[in-house]
Amino acid sequence: MSKRAVPWYDLLVTLFKVGFADAVAYRGEMFVWLLATNMPLIMLVLWSAVAAEAPVGRYGQREFAAYFLSTLVVRLLTGAWVVWTMNLEIKNGQLAMRLIRPVHPFWMFAAENVAAWPLRAVMAVPIGVAAVWMVGGQYFTRDLRQWALFPIAVLSAWLLNFSIMLVIGCLAFFWQSSFGAFEVWFRLYIVFSGYVVPVDLFPRVLQDALRYLPFRYLLAFPVETALGTISFTTALHDLARQWLFISLALAVAVVLWQRGVRRYEAFGG
Amino acid sequence: MIRVQRLTKHYKVHKRQPGVLAALRSVFRRRFTTVKAVDDISFEIAAGARVGFLGPNGAGKTTTLKVLAGLLAPTAGEVRVKGFVPNERRYEFLRSIMLVAGQKQQLLWDLPPADTFELNRAIYGIAPAEFRERLREMVELLEVEDVVKKPTRQLSLGERMKCELVAALLHRPTVLFLDEPTIGLDVTMQATVRRFVRTYNERYGATVLLTSHNMDDVAALCERVMIIHHGRLIFDGTLADLVRQTLPEKRVTLRLAKAVPGGDLAVLGRVVEHRDDAAILQVRQSDVSDIVKTALATLPVLDLNVEDAPLEEVLANVFAGAEAKRLPEAAS
Repeated sequence: MSKRAVPWYDLLVTLFKVGFADAVAYRGEMFVWLLATNMPLIMLVLWSAVAAEAPVGRYGQREFAAYFLSTLVVRLLTGAWVVWTMNLEIKNGQLAMRLIRPVHPFWMFAAENVAAWPLRAVMAVPIGVAAVWMVGGQYFTRDLRQWALFPIAVLSAWLLNFSIMLVIGCLAFFWQSSFGAFEVWFRLYIVFSGYVVPVDLFPRVLQDALRYLPFRYLLAFPVETALGTISFTTALHDLARQWLFISLALAVAVVLWQRGVRRYEAFGG
Repeated sequence: MIRVQRLTKHYKVHKRQPGVLAALRSVFRRRFTTVKAVDDISFEIAAGARVGFLGPNGAGKTTTLKVLAGLLAPTAGEVRVKGFVPNERRYEFLRSIMLVAGQKQQLLWDLPPADTFELNRAIYGIAPAEFRERLREMVELLEVEDVVKKPTRQLSLGERMKCELVAALLHRPTVLFLDEPTIGLDVTMQATVRRFVRTYNERYGATVLLTSHNMDDVAALCERVMIIHHGRLIFDGTLADLVRQTLPEKRVTLRLAKAVPGGDLAVLGRVVEHRDDAAILQVRQSDVSDIVKTALATLPVLDLNVEDAPLEEVLANVFAGAEAKRLPEAAS
């Protein structure tokens, strides 16, 4: 048997290329899914109506527009659907075909999700540009360091989201299905990540508590970085916390995966 | 190459009665039973061998294959494949094996098989030139040049299975587990798959372990068969030994020029089948030459053929014998 004759980056590039081809095969459905990510727009309309009379906290109508359009962009770029893939494949035994290949399935799942970025970007980038143009540049940060940090914060938010989805997906090894756990998680995410309410409108005690929970690092942190509503120093601290949660989620996912695979019964012929 | 010692695999299965009340009860109190899928089996398979793993549905064949492929951890016992413990799923182990399951697929459903081939090239780290050469060879052998660029979902079952084999063998695995590889295929496709597996085994010296309910697969491919029944290995030997031990009598098929009375046939041996234009007799091996002589002398024989009992019948006898032996054991 010959040794590996091509470098590892070739694998990553090919995983990405094939994943992209797969994403393109589902382009119609993918765009429908992306259009379904419309909660920030609904919230924008609602909060704008509220702010028409008087600002809410520091948010006037334009601040809300900048916030929720940024939220939409970050949400579009950080989506992951590995929970569905894992639940389906664990349940019907198809995961076996990943397990017999000499690449950890986490890499394959990641590549499949990352490969959808170009399609997601097709929708997210124009929204981002339109947001700056419509709302006005003054509602976004002018600190170049924060703009440099923004893509890192977005990528890290995706990785955190993906890692948490892995953790929830792995629960399907033990519970047959982990969609219930996902629903619980998603409801908490909606409330505490800044998806429907800017986190800085919560009471101070809750705001402080949320710094020690993963939710704000999935959405509010990159958005606040782009808007400049947190200082560069605070953003760096948040980035460190974000990576702490990424490390924690990945570690839990790896442990759950190892235990799950041991009890996996590879159902079906 | 493959060494299995006292392998046992048990599953814990949730069991409940049908109906709403039982479903409600199961919310609060789950009842589990232990199913012994594989029960203390041992065997060894040498490098390059082609072995058939036979048994009725639920006998434990696929479970054993999954343990050998590293998908399932044994409950007890020791398994080594090429010196590796399969369920540790080491990189070198996974690079050297492949499991092809007739009811599972690794081809990407919405993309042409060519994309799965390319993905496997990268996963197994095959050099591009070598990849092209291997692909050309297998695509030619299986005659799938015209289908590899069509989306998998648009291929027929036979075309898909052929492409599955290409995807599975691009990295030249030295151990090949085939789980019902011809299930659902027409006879031509079945023959193509068998021919291909045989060629692969002979050309590259790969060890092949095959499960199938199709006795033609077994007869065409397997020098040795292992029979598993209710998780226990009840036979391990050559096909000839299996027939000799189970149904040693020969089948004499007579094609007749005109109908003959049943009594004329019964004097020669046990009549298995009797029609106006043909009859099949079951006779002891030692009596074959005498009976053939008598039949030719006394009956209007147009054509005559002597062969072993069909494998399906041999196996049915094995399973019936094993079941008869098991029931009193289970009752005691």
